[in-house]
Amino acid sequence: MSAVIQRLKAARPQLALLALALLVNVFVAPGFLDLRMQDGRLFGGLIDILNRGAPVMLLAVGMAPVIATRGIDLSVGVIMAIAGAVAAAGVNAGLAWPLAILAALATGLVCGLWNGLLVAVFRLQPIVATLILMVAGRGVAQLITEGRILTFTEPHLIAVAGGTLAALPLPVVLALLAAGLTGLLVRATALGLFVEAVGTNPRSSRLAGVHTGLVLGAVYVWSGLMAALAGLIATADIKGADANNAGLWLELDAILAVVIGGTSLYGGRFSIGRSVLGALVLQAMRTAILRAGLPPELNLVLMALVVAAVLTQQSPAFQPLAARLMARLKNKEARV
Amino acid sequence: MASPETPVTPPPVVLAARGLTRQYPGVRALDGVDLTLRAGEIHALLGENGAGKSTLINLLTGAQPRNGGTITVDGVEIDPDGPGGAVRAGIAAVYQEITLLPNLSVAQNLYLGREPTRWGLVHRARMNRDGAALLRRFGLTIDASRPLSDFSTAVQQLIAIARAVDLSAKVLILDEPTASLDTAEVQTLFTLLRTLRDQGLAIVFVTHFLDQVYALTDRITVLRNGRLVGERLTAELPRLELVAMMLGKAPTAESHLGRRPATAAPSGTPLVRAQGLGRRRLVGAFDAELHAGAVLGAAGLLGSGRTETALLLFGVETADQGELIVDGKTVTLRSPRDAIRLGFGFCPEDRKLDGIVAGLSIRENIVLALQAKRGWWRRLPPARQRELADHYIKLLDIRTPDAEKPIQLLSGGNQQKALLARWLATDPRLLILDEPTRGIDVGAHAEIVRLLEDLRDRGMALYVISSEIEEVAAYSDRVLVMRDRAPAGLLEGDTITPAAIVNAIAADHQTKGAA
Repeated sequence: MSAVIQRLKAARPQLALLALALLVNVFVAPGFLDLRMQDGRLFGGLIDILNRGAPVMLLAVGMAPVIATRGIDLSVGVIMAIAGAVAAAGVNAGLAWPLAILAALATGLVCGLWNGLLVAVFRLQPIVATLILMVAGRGVAQLITEGRILTFTEPHLIAVAGGTLAALPLPVVLALLAAGLTGLLVRATALGLFVEAVGTNPRSSRLAGVHTGLVLGAVYVWSGLMAALAGLIATADIKGADANNAGLWLELDAILAVVIGGTSLYGGRFSIGRSVLGALVLQAMRTAILRAGLPPELNLVLMALVVAAVLTQQSPAFQPLAARLMARLKNKEARV
Repeated sequence: MASPETPVTPPPVVLAARGLTRQYPGVRALDGVDLTLRAGEIHALLGENGAGKSTLINLLTGAQPRNGGTITVDGVEIDPDGPGGAVRAGIAAVYQEITLLPNLSVAQNLYLGREPTRWGLVHRARMNRDGAALLRRFGLTIDASRPLSDFSTAVQQLIAIARAVDLSAKVLILDEPTASLDTAEVQTLFTLLRTLRDQGLAIVFVTHFLDQVYALTDRITVLRNGRLVGERLTAELPRLELVAMMLGKAPTAESHLGRRPATAAPSGTPLVRAQGLGRRRLVGAFDAELHAGAVLGAAGLLGSGRTETALLLFGVETADQGELIVDGKTVTLRSPRDAIRLGFGFCPEDRKLDGIVAGLSIRENIVLALQAKRGWWRRLPPARQRELADHYIKLLDIRTPDAEKPIQLLSGGNQQKALLARWLATDPRLLILDEPTRGIDVGAHAEIVRLLEDLRDRGMALYVISSEIEEVAAYSDRVLVMRDRAPAGLLEGDTITPAAIVNAIAADHQTKGAA
């Protein structure tokens, strides 16, 4: 029980941000918080945010361990497109839907393996290593779809985005399950410790016997798998594989979600739960802007401001400044 | 200001630093050090790791602020605030890693920040012409318009010196300039330095090659643990005495540390035996036998290859010659993981860079090696982790309120104990320690030595590399002496005395001098 409280305490900044973003939603759209049950499924503003945010939640869940190793995965948006194309091409070619989904997930694994190989074995800088797939991957996806939007009518594949489980949209269930599984995987085993150790001091970790190559490889493979799952959802959502636009720029949202979740781009400590909260903050902001009837372009500007604020707050140069400011404020209060 | 031991009129003093002090949180890196540089002299600045050489240079060049002391150049007190201020005062430094820009041309490097201009634009032709002319004065005839990266390290070094001298021609500081040069290149460099000296420049020469000190320098200043040990004329300081100054041990004095009752040198089958183990460009073939319940000490100066022996024994580097026999079987170590699987542990020399994982807690640092040995799947339950951490915090007396504090908050001695705990938790058969007592205050120092003796008595094999000669002599059953990246002798039993170790470290030079 105390562990849960401790975790909630650690997530205070993210929870506060999320509350703020939701508050704006309530303000621009009265009735935002209303939940209603219809045909065995919950509807409402909160559910929308969870549902729309599911792909970025999944990406963030995969991205958090990568960033914790002082790495980055720029290819996740492209992996979404490739996985979606594989699934669509699969069902259209007459493959049974479970096999098509498995093939898509396997594609994500292979993409992750490729990234992991470049980073862990060939020692490429992660930003360059994953940039390779980011650039080449769209081409691969387009080759699979033959340059068209591959539409499909396979009901099971469409259900990945449109289905309902336990009164919740299936994407929400999938994202939460994946987050839970990842959290379990890193915290119930020693992987989390190894990831944080390698991200903080790879030399010491190697000397202490940590298999640094394996740890580095594993985080990229997992990130690829999560991206493939996100790609399935995005593809099922529009009932077609769009090689040009699926997952476009979402790698940046994922990185942003992880950073808002308090993981430093310099590696080290990370939290799956807080990264998920980060993804939800982004989605809540986006929804608020849309509901307010503001031009969606404003979204980008606002997101940039949030990033600037969050990163400044984390910067080592800012912290002593903030501490001094706080101290001065407290002094004033005391005098008053 | 003239030092009392020079009978003839010494050359004029160019730079006088008095009482320089630099305080870091918890450590005094430099403690009231004096340095006197004279025109037309090459001055060796010597000391082991952590002696304060780099800090002293950084204070002189203004790269770091000082907490006390004065610097005068030509009798005028200066306050170098940043490298620019030092250059204006006539002090320039050339570092071991060349700090020029390899993608620019030689001339662009020479005139970076002060390019000759015409109509407000860089006058490239003149810059190349001037650059070539400048380099000719330094004995280099090269095309200054070519990129710097076209030239060898040695030439780049000369270019760096040319730039430094051209910028400010009073004091030139060279930090390990010969570390990556071959013999012929060293000779070229020395010829240049002698010419510059004869032109009246004051040169500071930092190195760990004693041969070069005697071949080149006129005067020597020795630092140790941030303090000044002494300033001597090179011609009047025998090598043996110099080594003793650097290691802080008078070669004739009796050891005041009690040696444990002479036991027979360990015999029987050793746990680990290295036969002619070596790696090209790292360390020459050496032999070592490590027995359970015995300590093999390793002594030698910085750069002698002492650390490299440990890197081979722990699989950090893979040997390309000789063999390593563990439990009677020949093994090849390709990574530290291989060594750990055999029951080895290793506390490296640089605790910050290679030892602690700063940012993680003391508990996580302590369990890291054991957890890595168990593999990622078999996680140590949190309760067991806490139990282990608390056990070792108590056993080794690590001073911390609790095990969850970030490890970087501990003092040096307590960090070292935590690293020891990391390995003790894996229950190793062989523990390799590189400078386990460096940069640790006196109290913790004695505790760590006691700990090592205790581990030895409980049957662990220890390999301890240390520049604390007295300690090595006190607890070692055998001592491997390294010099110039190769073994220089093995002392056993009663022959292990501090004086004998210092002798072995300096011996080669003496025989050479006698010949």
